[in-house]
Amino acid sequence: MSSNAVAIRCRALVKRYKDVTAVAGLDLEVRAGECFGLLGPNGAGKTTTVEMLEGLLAHDEGEIEVLGMRWGGHEHALRERLGVALQETKLADRLTVAEVIRLFRSFYRRGRTVEEVLDVVELGEKRDAWVEKLSGGQRQRLAIACALVGAPDLLFLDEPTTGLDPQSRRQLWEIVAAFKRGGGTVVLTTHYMEEAERLCDRVAVMDHGKVIALGSPRDLIATLGADHVVEFALRDGAEPPPEAVLAALPGVKAARRDGPRFSLTVTEAHRAVPALMLELERRGVELTELVTHHATLEDLFLSLTGRHLRDA
Amino acid sequence: MDGHHPFVQLTLARFREQLRQPEVLFWVFAFPLLLAVALGLAFRNRPPDVIRVGVEAGPHADSVAALLGHARGFTVSVLPAGEAADQLRKGRVAIVVVAGETVVYRYDSTRTESRMARLATDDALQRALGRRDVRAVAEQKVMEKGSRYIDFLIPGLLGLNLMGTGMWGMGYAVVDARKKKLMKRLLASPMRKSHYLLSFIAARLTMLGPEVVLLIGFGMLAFGVPMRGSVVDFLLLTLVGAMCFAGIGLLTASRARTIEAVSGLMNLIMMPMWILSGVFFSSANFPAAMQPAIRLLPLTALNDALRAVMLDGASLAAVAGPAAICAAWGVVSFAVALKIFRWL
Repeated sequence: MSSNAVAIRCRALVKRYKDVTAVAGLDLEVRAGECFGLLGPNGAGKTTTVEMLEGLLAHDEGEIEVLGMRWGGHEHALRERLGVALQETKLADRLTVAEVIRLFRSFYRRGRTVEEVLDVVELGEKRDAWVEKLSGGQRQRLAIACALVGAPDLLFLDEPTTGLDPQSRRQLWEIVAAFKRGGGTVVLTTHYMEEAERLCDRVAVMDHGKVIALGSPRDLIATLGADHVVEFALRDGAEPPPEAVLAALPGVKAARRDGPRFSLTVTEAHRAVPALMLELERRGVELTELVTHHATLEDLFLSLTGRHLRDA
Repeated sequence: MDGHHPFVQLTLARFREQLRQPEVLFWVFAFPLLLAVALGLAFRNRPPDVIRVGVEAGPHADSVAALLGHARGFTVSVLPAGEAADQLRKGRVAIVVVAGETVVYRYDSTRTESRMARLATDDALQRALGRRDVRAVAEQKVMEKGSRYIDFLIPGLLGLNLMGTGMWGMGYAVVDARKKKLMKRLLASPMRKSHYLLSFIAARLTMLGPEVVLLIGFGMLAFGVPMRGSVVDFLLLTLVGAMCFAGIGLLTASRARTIEAVSGLMNLIMMPMWILSGVFFSSANFPAAMQPAIRLLPLTALNDALRAVMLDGASLAAVAGPAAICAAWGVVSFAVALKIFRWL
C-alpha cells in the first residue's frame, strides 16, 4: 500500500440518538500507514465515530469508505483486514490468555501465530493464566493481541490506555508504535493529550460531535503561536491584574483567567516570566504558584473551547 | 473440520468456561442427585407400622396384654383409665382395650389407623384365645418396582434438569456476553454468527450425555429404578428436550441486556412448569379444566414421554405426541429468537 493511499474516508457523517446528535457532520481522511488520533473529552463523539467506522454502528447520514470498501456488501472481506479493540471489553473470564488469542485467530483466514502475538504484547509468561487474574494493563494488552492476531492492515483502538498506570501505558504505546513501523494504519481515540502527541502523526480534535482542529500535534500546537505556557495563582484577596495588561507583557501572546488561576501562552518564557514578576510586584500581589511547561494539545483544546480535555 | 475451525474453537471456549465454573457443575450434576437422594429418603416405602395398643388397667388387663404381646406387630402398654383416654386422644395409642366380661374396643372410627388397629387387635386376640380360620389362606407380598415414588421422581427430575441447564446454559451465557460487550467484540471480527450460535448448542450437547447418564444411572443403581423402554429412544427424547429448552433459553435471552432482566424472565417461564408439569407430583392433581393447557407445556410433554419410555416401556412411536409438542416449542423458539436477536 503506497504511503499516500487513503485508509479511511468519511464525509458528512451524522449519528443521532433520541434527542442527542452524537456526531454532527464529520469529515475525515486517514492515510494508509499513519497513526490517526481522535482527541477530545468524554462525550465528544469519539467512540460513536470509531464504532461507525468499524461497522458496528449504523450511521444516519454521510458516507464511509474503509480500505476502499463500504460496509454492507463487503462486511466479511473488510473484517478480515481490521483489528479492533473496543473500549472496556471484558473477554471471557475463565479462559486462558492463549485460549482467547487462539479463539480470535480461528476467525481469520490469514494471520499471525498465537506465539508471535504473545511475544508482541509481552504476555508469554501469562499464556496459561485465566483472563480474570490479569491486571488492567495485561487485559488491555490481551485485547490488543486479539486485534493483532488477524494481521490487520488497519487497527482501531478505542481509549486503549484509559485507567492504566504510566508504565502499562508506555508498554502499550510501544506495541502500537511497532505495529505502525510494520506498515499498519492506526486509528485511536484518547483523551490523553500526551498519548496523542507521542503516538499520532495527525490528530483530529473533537468536541460536540465535530472536528474543531486537524493536523499533526506539532502543527496544531504551533497554531497557538507560542511554545510555552505559564500558569500561576495569586494569594486570596489580592487584586488581580486585568487580562489585557498580562497579554501586553513582553513575550506574552495571550492571557486567560480561570477563577483564581491564570494561564499565559508565551513565545519567550525567559522574557515573559521576569516581566510578569515585575508587574505583580508593582501591584503588590503575591504569587502562591508558578509553573511553566511546553504548550500541549491540552492548551490548544483550552484555547479553542475554554474547557479542559478531562473536564467531563 | 480441524481444531482451528472457528466453530470448534467457539465450542471449546464455551465448554471450558462451563467446566471452570464449579457452580455450574454443581447445579447441572450434583444438585439433581442431592434432590433425588433427599426426596428418595423422605418418601421411601416403609414396612407396615407397629400398632400401639393401650390396655386399661383392671382385673383382666395383664392377661389380655400378655396375649397381645405375644402376637407380632403390637406394642402394648397397660395404662390407668385416665391416662389411656388421654393417650388415645393424643394419638399415642391407636386403640384402648378394656378387658372385662365383654372386651371393649375404644377407638376413633374416623381414623384409618384406629380402624386398622381395631381389626388387627381383635384378630390377634381371638386367635390367641383359640379361634380357628374356616378357610386356609396364603400371602404373597409384592413391592413393585416402577410404581414407587422414586420411580416417578427420577424421570421428572431429569426433565427438570434438562429445562434448567438448557435455559440457563443458553440464557445466562448469551446475556453475559452481550453485557460484557464480548458479543460486540466478536462481531467486529470476521466470525460467522451461525458459528457462534451453533457453538452454544454444541457445548450444551456435550453436557447432555454426562447429565443424563449420571442421574438415570444413579436412580438405577441406588434405588433400582427400572429402564423398561429402549435406551436409544430414551436418549433421543432427552436430546429433543435439551434442544427444546435451549431454544426457549435463547428466545428468553434474545433481547435482554442485563443478567437481572434475563433471570426474571427465566424464572417467570420456569416457575409454572416446576409446579404444573408433574416433576414432584402428578399433574393429574390439577383440575380437569386445566389439563389440556398443562399437557401443552414443554416440560409436561417431556416428563410424560420420559416416564412412558422409562417406566412403561413405551416405544418412541407411542410418545410421538408429547415429543412433537416438545420439538415444536424448540423449533418455534429458535425461529423467533433468531428473528429478534439483539446482536449489538
